[in-house]
Amino acid sequence: MSERSRATGCRDRSLKPFGWTGWKARAFSGQRSSRSRLFSCALLCVLLIGIANPMSVNAAPALEHEGASLSRADIEEESKPVRSSFVRILTLQDHTTRTVLLGTMLLGMSSGIVGTFMLLRRQALVGDVVSHSALPGVAIAFLIGEMVSPGEGRSLTWLLVGAAVAGLLAVASTSLITKFSRIKPDAALATVLGVFFGFGAVLFKVVQEIPSGNRAGLQHFILGSASTMTSGDVSLILKASAVVLIACFLVFKELSILCFDEDFASTQGWPVTWMDFALMGLVVAVTVIGLQSVGILMVALLITPPTAARFWTESLSRMTLIAAGIGGASALAGTAASATIPNLAGGPTIVLAGSMFFLISLLFGTKSGLIGRWVQRSRTEHRVGRDHLLRAMFEVIEARLGSEETLELDQLKTEAVSLGELTRRRSWSGLRVSRLLNRAFTDGDVSLDPTGAWRLSATGARVACRAVRNHRLWEIFLIRSADIAPSHVDRDADFIEHVLTPEVIEELEGLLARKDPRVIPPSPHPIPPVEAR
Amino acid sequence: MSADSKAAASTEPAGVSPQVEPDEHPRSSPMSIHDMTVAYHRRPVLWDIDYNTPPGNLIAIVGPNGAGKSTLIKAVLNLVPTVSGQVSFFGEPYKKQRRRVGYVPQRSSVDWDFPVNALEVVTMGLYRSIGWFRPVTKKHRQAAMAALDRVGMADYAKRQISQLSGGQQQRVFLARALAQEADLYLMDEPFAGVDAATERAIVAVLRELKDAGRTAMVVHHDLQTVQEYFDEVVLLNMRLIASGPVGDVFTEENLRATYGGKLALLDRVGHRMTLSGGRQ
Repeated sequence: MSERSRATGCRDRSLKPFGWTGWKARAFSGQRSSRSRLFSCALLCVLLIGIANPMSVNAAPALEHEGASLSRADIEEESKPVRSSFVRILTLQDHTTRTVLLGTMLLGMSSGIVGTFMLLRRQALVGDVVSHSALPGVAIAFLIGEMVSPGEGRSLTWLLVGAAVAGLLAVASTSLITKFSRIKPDAALATVLGVFFGFGAVLFKVVQEIPSGNRAGLQHFILGSASTMTSGDVSLILKASAVVLIACFLVFKELSILCFDEDFASTQGWPVTWMDFALMGLVVAVTVIGLQSVGILMVALLITPPTAARFWTESLSRMTLIAAGIGGASALAGTAASATIPNLAGGPTIVLAGSMFFLISLLFGTKSGLIGRWVQRSRTEHRVGRDHLLRAMFEVIEARLGSEETLELDQLKTEAVSLGELTRRRSWSGLRVSRLLNRAFTDGDVSLDPTGAWRLSATGARVACRAVRNHRLWEIFLIRSADIAPSHVDRDADFIEHVLTPEVIEELEGLLARKDPRVIPPSPHPIPPVEAR
Repeated sequence: MSADSKAAASTEPAGVSPQVEPDEHPRSSPMSIHDMTVAYHRRPVLWDIDYNTPPGNLIAIVGPNGAGKSTLIKAVLNLVPTVSGQVSFFGEPYKKQRRRVGYVPQRSSVDWDFPVNALEVVTMGLYRSIGWFRPVTKKHRQAAMAALDRVGMADYAKRQISQLSGGQQQRVFLARALAQEADLYLMDEPFAGVDAATERAIVAVLRELKDAGRTAMVVHHDLQTVQEYFDEVVLLNMRLIASGPVGDVFTEENLRATYGGKLALLDRVGHRMTLSGGRQ
């Protein structure tokens, strides 16, 4: 714990003299939570401003005409070079750019947060079902719209309502199939996804064959395209994302207990079924509002950010924040890239950006990231090899001198050991021993004289004594307390000696009545002397 | 059961609650089960259970594997549907008395890789009293910390739960229920696979609860410690074999009836009911 928390703890103790030991941690957690709540409030304020802003933008007459958006079509018409449009987007020069980027970023953030709960609820694939199943809803909504008022079918609000209804229907049928038949959840998900998506594909074909009608942009519901959104579309997405974000913020506590322990939550009186419904509703909402800019790959934007975030933290609130950040950043990066570079579909670009974050987290994550784990493992291997080598040198010297007394550090340092003695002592290959010796030489544990004899240095001798002592303490413990034959304990102790913590050593010393750390007990099994060649 | 409930009925005024008959659900009993049958996938696992919990006692629920011990607890808590029967807590339906009933589920029922620490898990026991949409405050964290301290886990408050040993995880679960300050605790195998320190800590907590006049029903599988830890025992094997003070009920004959093969018939009938569509 940091200096600051200690100070907090002390101040707290003077106010409330609690006897128990955890006051320090408690005081610290209280401090931090109030800070994080302040941060959350600030975030909410930013969101609210975000909602208010695009609405005023929409009112600007210059943007009233249909299709006013940052679009590569516009840019190409004006035949400006890609580079300058890139600069324009990056510097956020026009309102529409800002709105579109803000919209997709908010979408990414809310999907990261909702996805965190989906992941922890072990329903990662539900997002997939929702996004695929939304297609027939979109098509039907379009067809109905065309029937009611020809040419006006493409009203985003109605298309999204259609998508939401179809998505909810798909989720409901999945849970009904699971509940009332012998089909397992994974098969139910796959079946429903197939049925709905197939139906959607057929309906899309029908839509293509309608003679008139403004069906442009409908195909974007498959691969997603942020650049063809109108400012009206963007403001709808903005508002919906903001609502989802605020909802998640309000029921964070409730969702976390639902995901961790559903049964316990239910005995506490939480309406678990309804809460599950609400979570599904949030997933459907996020997926549906993301359909236009990301498409049916929305599931990736839901699940990739939290899986990446899990590699950086062990705390749910921080995981949610990181997932929101990664989701927002990938949506931002993907949208900017697809808006600048011609013929780059929006959805896949966003998903690829998210995958980059995932890959980075998988490799470099501080909580069991691959590289961290690899480094840790090679460190352990190094330590184990060093202990083994130095212990082997100790044993060679001990056997040669054949003294009953504990070896003195000076004796250890003066005796020379040859490579051959070590290979015979441990039945190691010559290559392995010379590799270990070379590394020990670099670490300064051993020295080599011109005749080819190795000697322990002062540090090396100390480490050797510790390793031998730990090894033998464990051997004696095994023989006395676990009734293991003395001829078997050497191998067992070989694994354990490296992981014995100082506390365990202390306990062993107490058990075996060996307090003096300088005294190394004699080996409980015979160590045959190795003849020097 | 009958003697117990008659005694209670004579001391209680009649007409406690309109839905339940007073002599079947005495208010003085923390939990009373009347004629409860439970089926999993249409296969009955508990038959016609009748039981009144005496207040202020430590009660062991004992029986072989598959006897329906966990199911009994889950059924009274509405976690699994019942086919028939009524259950009341302190004379009222469970829905009205949730706060007075604490539940310690089996350790294996959750994913211990969940990104929370011990203190946060215990705080979850207070979420209901905190209420919808309200944040957890320092006061709640202090209460959770006190509960952790009661089970000797205060030093591990900030530890991520996957880094705790099995016994420590069990103690965290117990602390979460303690934080709720309930009057009746239902614990599902709290002693399963725990270290000696945890066993001592749980026993100490049980004694504390009893001294405070509270009741605990504990699913227990170690027959050797039943007499030492508990006052009452419920012997269960698909039906209620016997119940009452440990000294009277925990006899060799009753145990043989519980663990012996006498119930093979019930099991066979249950299986036939599954095949023919069941009692539902």
